[in-house]
Amino acid sequence: MKPNFRLIILALATIFGLIFSAPSLLQLDSGKKVTLGLDLQGGLHMLLGVKDEEAISSRIKSIAASVKNFSEKKDIIVDSFSFDEDSVTIVLLDKDEVKTIKEYLTAIKGSAITVDGNNISVSLTAEEVSRTKEQAISQAIETIRNRLDQFGLSEPTVTRQGESQILVELAGIKTADEEQRARELISRSAKLELMAVDEDRAARVNSMSKADAASYGDVILEDANNPQIKHLVREIPILDGSMLTDAHVGFDQNNRPLINFTLNAEGAEIFGDFTGKSVGKRLAVVLDGKVYSAPNINERIGGGSGQISGSYTVVEAKDLAIALRSGSLLVPIYVMEKRSVGPSLGADSIRAALLALASGFGLVILFMMFYYGLAGVIANIAVVINLFIILGLISLLGATLTLPGMAGIVLHIGLAVDSNIIINERIREGLRAGIPPSRAIAEGYQKAMRAILDSNITQILACTILYAYGTGAIKGFAVTLSMGLLASMLTAIVGTYGIYQLFMSRIEKNKNYTLWFGMSKRKGA
Amino acid sequence: MELFKEDKVYNFLGKGKIFFIASFVLFFISIAIIAIKGFSFGIDFTGGTVVQIKYTQDAPIGKIRESLKKSELFEHATVSEFGSSQEIVIKTPASTVGLSNDIGDTTKEILKDTGEFEIRRVDMVGPKVGDELRVKGLTAFLLTLLAIMATVTFRYEWRFALAAIIAIVHDIVITFGFVSFFEVDFNIESVAALLMILGYSIHDTIIVYDRVRENIEESKETDFVYLINEAVSRTQSRTSLTSLTVFFVVLTLYVFGGDIMLGFSFPMLVGVVIGTYSSIFVAAQLVVWTGFSVGAYRQKLAEKVKNQAEKERMRAQFESGVM
Repeated sequence: MKPNFRLIILALATIFGLIFSAPSLLQLDSGKKVTLGLDLQGGLHMLLGVKDEEAISSRIKSIAASVKNFSEKKDIIVDSFSFDEDSVTIVLLDKDEVKTIKEYLTAIKGSAITVDGNNISVSLTAEEVSRTKEQAISQAIETIRNRLDQFGLSEPTVTRQGESQILVELAGIKTADEEQRARELISRSAKLELMAVDEDRAARVNSMSKADAASYGDVILEDANNPQIKHLVREIPILDGSMLTDAHVGFDQNNRPLINFTLNAEGAEIFGDFTGKSVGKRLAVVLDGKVYSAPNINERIGGGSGQISGSYTVVEAKDLAIALRSGSLLVPIYVMEKRSVGPSLGADSIRAALLALASGFGLVILFMMFYYGLAGVIANIAVVINLFIILGLISLLGATLTLPGMAGIVLHIGLAVDSNIIINERIREGLRAGIPPSRAIAEGYQKAMRAILDSNITQILACTILYAYGTGAIKGFAVTLSMGLLASMLTAIVGTYGIYQLFMSRIEKNKNYTLWFGMSKRKGA
Repeated sequence: MELFKEDKVYNFLGKGKIFFIASFVLFFISIAIIAIKGFSFGIDFTGGTVVQIKYTQDAPIGKIRESLKKSELFEHATVSEFGSSQEIVIKTPASTVGLSNDIGDTTKEILKDTGEFEIRRVDMVGPKVGDELRVKGLTAFLLTLLAIMATVTFRYEWRFALAAIIAIVHDIVITFGFVSFFEVDFNIESVAALLMILGYSIHDTIIVYDRVRENIEESKETDFVYLINEAVSRTQSRTSLTSLTVFFVVLTLYVFGGDIMLGFSFPMLVGVVIGTYSSIFVAAQLVVWTGFSVGAYRQKLAEKVKNQAEKERMRAQFESGVM
């Protein structure tokens, strides 16, 4: 009995498996542990779509707004603006002015202009369209990530998927309420605007139509606390949330939560100038198109800070502050796919999978021992080591263990002994033919090898395709199964041979094939 | 223990017609079942919502159905028990796109008078995602078939590959005939099962083919039918034993994995049995019918060996400087 190189490889593989699977199995504090998928630990998985075409129309609107500003300054009379999905047509009264406007528009990056008489149509170049969309998506990802980082869950994942989809994965969500809070936080556009109330016409707001308001350059907005109350405010805001530097929860004198916000220097200056000019008038604090408050301006407000008061709970105020701090979402997002699993169901799934694993494992082990005697025990040792290696690899590579992944491991146990069954059958054939054990074993391994390799390679190929085309949980299945296949080539083919070599002299001496290979006793043997 | 007499060569091909007819009948019955009954596709493919709810007492299914009528989202919803009498699953083809108030929240709201419960799972798939998944699943399946075809052709011969593919299609159609017949949900896990059966079936088939190839290479026997009978007889014990161990584990998955794994464990359970059957009785036999000639194959092998020898001779000459 002396160690051989195969045995050393097996020993190394065993040590590898034990070391890297120990943190997960023994729940040690140090070392990399297996990451459980959301279906096992509970959590929220969402695939979000981005309405990126809205980014285009808002670009077009802002171009129109700047043309309006420009024409007012230059005293050019614009007859009308008519908006399409991705373009705006500006109709001028005087044909001679077309050139000036066209020059102004040409200076805007990415604009595509066509002129037809008094009509100037502006759209975006294909390049600009894709750039704008691209920007909208990365801004959305960045914003959602910022918000979730502050939400207080460990390791939220926000990643881009495909061209314009966002994958959000939140582990550790415990209750339905918490999940709803997270969803609201993600979807909130959090667009803060400070707008001037049109004091001259405000009294008539209830009898005014939208078109009437628009003709004065105003918009009608609902009150956040009472949708019946309408406010008439100037269409172009004084400033918006992009100039906000901080927002946090505070309390008013009645101990009700409110949000204090601070503006940057530029915002503070605009705000100071405006309030200085508008003493006695009202200022509407508008969030996501709703008026939260419209206090009277009593004096010039310097320092650039303000408050948003409304009837919300402390938790709501906290989430709102997070949303304001992390900036507004420029484009609306919508849910394409959502999977949420409660932690109790995850625990049930783990229990069910472990039960299946243990009983499947037990059956296979007993069967192998019963059918192959010590050869079966050797195969079983290989399977056990194999399991440790799979677990170790999953922890080490940071792969995620999902429910289908666990099914993959269970399935693998059944398949893992196959190599040894093939080999053992070959060895038995040799022994029956009267070949001495050492040669029977060597030939058995050599002959079985080709078939095992051929079939394992085809299976790993299938797993690769499964991985490439599968979604989330299925990928986990492909990963555990191919790891298992690779590990089994090491343990079942190389490792078991090493064990035989270790005991070769004994096998040769006692020639008890019933004990060693589970063969039936025959006449004359 | 030994279950199979290794030294005997069973005449598997002698009864070829019976198995062929059996397979043929089963295959077409399966196609007919699938055509008539179709699959009960899960929301992964059709889009829709599944809500799993656990009550603290027995779930009041009648009351739940009544309450669900309040929302048009549940107009075509079905409610069924899931695993135990306390747990139910609501399935509806509807889904919502909004983040802040989705179909899960609605469910919670309209069921609040039906008792004390916990929503354990909400799976919602929009219609677009389902379409994408279908395309992906089909692509994966076809690619895997192609990859297998290529590997087997490369390692054996195209006739073997053709026969293997026919055997695989046979296995999969029959398996999913069962899935359709028993109205088991066809979801994304079922696609994984499908690809696994594919892998398993080819694995079994390759083990048999390997033995056929070995027999061709090592024996002088020219009767292909005999060679196949011998190969199948020799590998039969391993095929059966491995199938048995795999069957064990799939059975435990089926029994303990619960309803949530059913879309995977059921097709696997059927697939393992059918796959084993076809490796023993169908796959090798099909090679005979593709017109495989032992003589031609041996000649090809001999040529290969000759070419190899020639190459080595040339190299030896070159190295010794004779050329």
